[in-house]
Amino acid sequence: MSSCCAPPAFEPPAGPQAPGKFRTVALIGPPNSGKSTLFNRLTGLRQKVANYPGVTVEQRMGVMAGVGRNDLTLIDLPGIYSLTPYSEDARVAVEVLAGTMHGTPKPDAVLLVLDSQHLTRQLMLAAPILATGLPTLVLLNMTDLMEQRGGKVDSLQLARELSAPVAQISAVHGTGLNAINLFLNQPGNGTGSHPSLTLPVIGNAASAHTWAAQVSRRTGYRAPLSVEGTQKIDSVLLHRIWGPLLFLAVVIGVFEVVFSIGQPLSDGFGDILARMGDLARPLLPTGWMQSLVLDGIWKGISSVLVFLPQILLLFLFIGILEDSGYLARAALIADRVMRTIGLNGKAFIPLLSAYACAVPAIMATRTIENKRDRLATILVTPFMTCSARLPVYLLLIAAFIPNTVYLHGVIGLRTIVMLGLYVAGFVAAFTTARILKSSILKSSETPFILELPQYRMPTLQSLALRVIDRGRIFMKNAGTVIVGVTMALWVLAHLPVIHTATGAIAAPELASSVIGRLGHFIEPVIAPLGFNWKIGIGLLSSVLAREVMVSTMGTLYGTDPSTQALSLQTALHHDMTLGGALALMIFFAFAMQCTSTMAVVKRETNSWKWPIVQFIYMLVLAYGAAFVVNHVTMALLG
Amino acid sequence: MGARKVNVLSELSVGQSAVLVALDLPETVQNHLMHMGFVPDAEVTAVRRAPAGDPTVYSIDGLEIALRHETAEAIRIRPVSTSSTLPEATQNMELAEVAR
Repeated sequence: MSSCCAPPAFEPPAGPQAPGKFRTVALIGPPNSGKSTLFNRLTGLRQKVANYPGVTVEQRMGVMAGVGRNDLTLIDLPGIYSLTPYSEDARVAVEVLAGTMHGTPKPDAVLLVLDSQHLTRQLMLAAPILATGLPTLVLLNMTDLMEQRGGKVDSLQLARELSAPVAQISAVHGTGLNAINLFLNQPGNGTGSHPSLTLPVIGNAASAHTWAAQVSRRTGYRAPLSVEGTQKIDSVLLHRIWGPLLFLAVVIGVFEVVFSIGQPLSDGFGDILARMGDLARPLLPTGWMQSLVLDGIWKGISSVLVFLPQILLLFLFIGILEDSGYLARAALIADRVMRTIGLNGKAFIPLLSAYACAVPAIMATRTIENKRDRLATILVTPFMTCSARLPVYLLLIAAFIPNTVYLHGVIGLRTIVMLGLYVAGFVAAFTTARILKSSILKSSETPFILELPQYRMPTLQSLALRVIDRGRIFMKNAGTVIVGVTMALWVLAHLPVIHTATGAIAAPELASSVIGRLGHFIEPVIAPLGFNWKIGIGLLSSVLAREVMVSTMGTLYGTDPSTQALSLQTALHHDMTLGGALALMIFFAFAMQCTSTMAVVKRETNSWKWPIVQFIYMLVLAYGAAFVVNHVTMALLG
Repeated sequence: MGARKVNVLSELSVGQSAVLVALDLPETVQNHLMHMGFVPDAEVTAVRRAPAGDPTVYSIDGLEIALRHETAEAIRIRPVSTSSTLPEATQNMELAEVAR
């Protein structure tokens, strides 16, 4: 959705600070060690937490309310293996820690989060962190899991070895967190220099590992037995034959559910919204006021809100895939295909999450180490079918595609068309990547190194929070962008006012209104695609965000007396043939109608060059494809 | 036990284990892999291959990491049984070397 994914503005706590107390504390640790879970627990913010390495790709700040110090700023950082950054997200962590990241205060204390199930390896990071001289509290996370599986560690001895306080915690269950409170409120405890500490040579991995191995041996660390569960699941999900088949089945299943369960939900929700409008009608004075509120704004908003149930279902499924740890496996399965286009499996993760929204997906490309690979991925990500396209597709499919089922009800024609649109976006992304990687973005291959996390059962709480957050963003969007656009549209559709024969003031015919004239002005350009001037107005407004198209059509038809009483689906038949509808869908599959995506591409590539190139390329492709689809359909139907 | 002599990680069959000897990779890559646990003397097991036959998932230090064939080809290994060096001694030597 447009503007859905802009990071929330953060105001550092104001007011006087007690001298000698910490102001800014950084959470640092290796990837997937549980920093974000802890961050959420300490701040009450809901940072996205998924089960694959590299979920956090930028620094996030929050006020620490969870441990009773609300004058303190906590920074969550991307996971790092060492202070020698290997990818863009790790560079962010290193820069914040050094205090060179613009707009982020230099932390004056560090919470080092280590996964105690892999302590020896994770301790390698402790050396460079302790060497920074910042007061550090070492948090051994997931100690409960480690002990359950026969692992153990002497944390007192570890504290002596590191000359820093050590606490055992479980970020998931929230145990042991009072140690953080103590550490933060009693500076001087474990702070200052580390006289007894002999650190390995910083930046040398071999020496860091030797040091870590010695420390862990002296602290009596015993690694837990590895779990069999993940291996068993992988023997099916990464099976030669079943693996790829299950992957396809999952994708098709998600869309089938979005239709078979989501459609009736959306229809029901639409009825409720329409009834609410009818109930409000007698309450409003007749005349322009009633027309603006009900036919303009309410029709516009409800035509988009109707799709809320289906979008939330989609986010629920993507949430399950992310939280369970399946995404990393998908990257592994996809690596072979990705290498044929000159990218690797890691580029697949952003492409997959772009099914929800391109904005976080483009930020997720920071985990791709090779700069040219990363740019290629950024440039093709907006082709992936994001959830903002869903309202447009669902509306047009419901209006123009018959509900025929094949194979005894296993798959419907509507699902096939929907899958076809997803495939079209996917093919466009792959072909474009292939072209880019064999021309302007050609580069030597960077090795593919992917950590596969253990499977985790997605918690109901985390899934519910995700879906609620998404719902809130969608509603907020409907309440701001869409209300604004629909109001402006309604006004433009009622200007200039005309005097009727009886001398009364009235609105013009839609065609002769300001917006109607604008639509007619661009009609010659879009007529070859099978679109008339009304669709043209929708296309113009959808440059802001794709789903605005639907609300615009809702408002236009609501304002026009000839279509006012019709449902949006029926009204569309006045203006479009099947060829035009298919062309419109393919236009939406390829065109870059999203200002938020353009803004994030500009930010991630540091120049307007790439978003502009991308916009033009996608527009040309969309226009060409829509032209072909419209003409082929017309020829086939005679 | 197979009689075939295995010298690089990519030749390791699924289910087999070996001991890591050295990484013949560019320094940044080598450094990154070492921080993920691919250090000399670590025991590594080939767990499974991806459905397409490549990459392969390796288990090292309780962690599963996938590498492509060409990366695994640059990692030298030796059989588990012929471990001759004392880990402690080697490590001290390494530290001393680094300190110089």
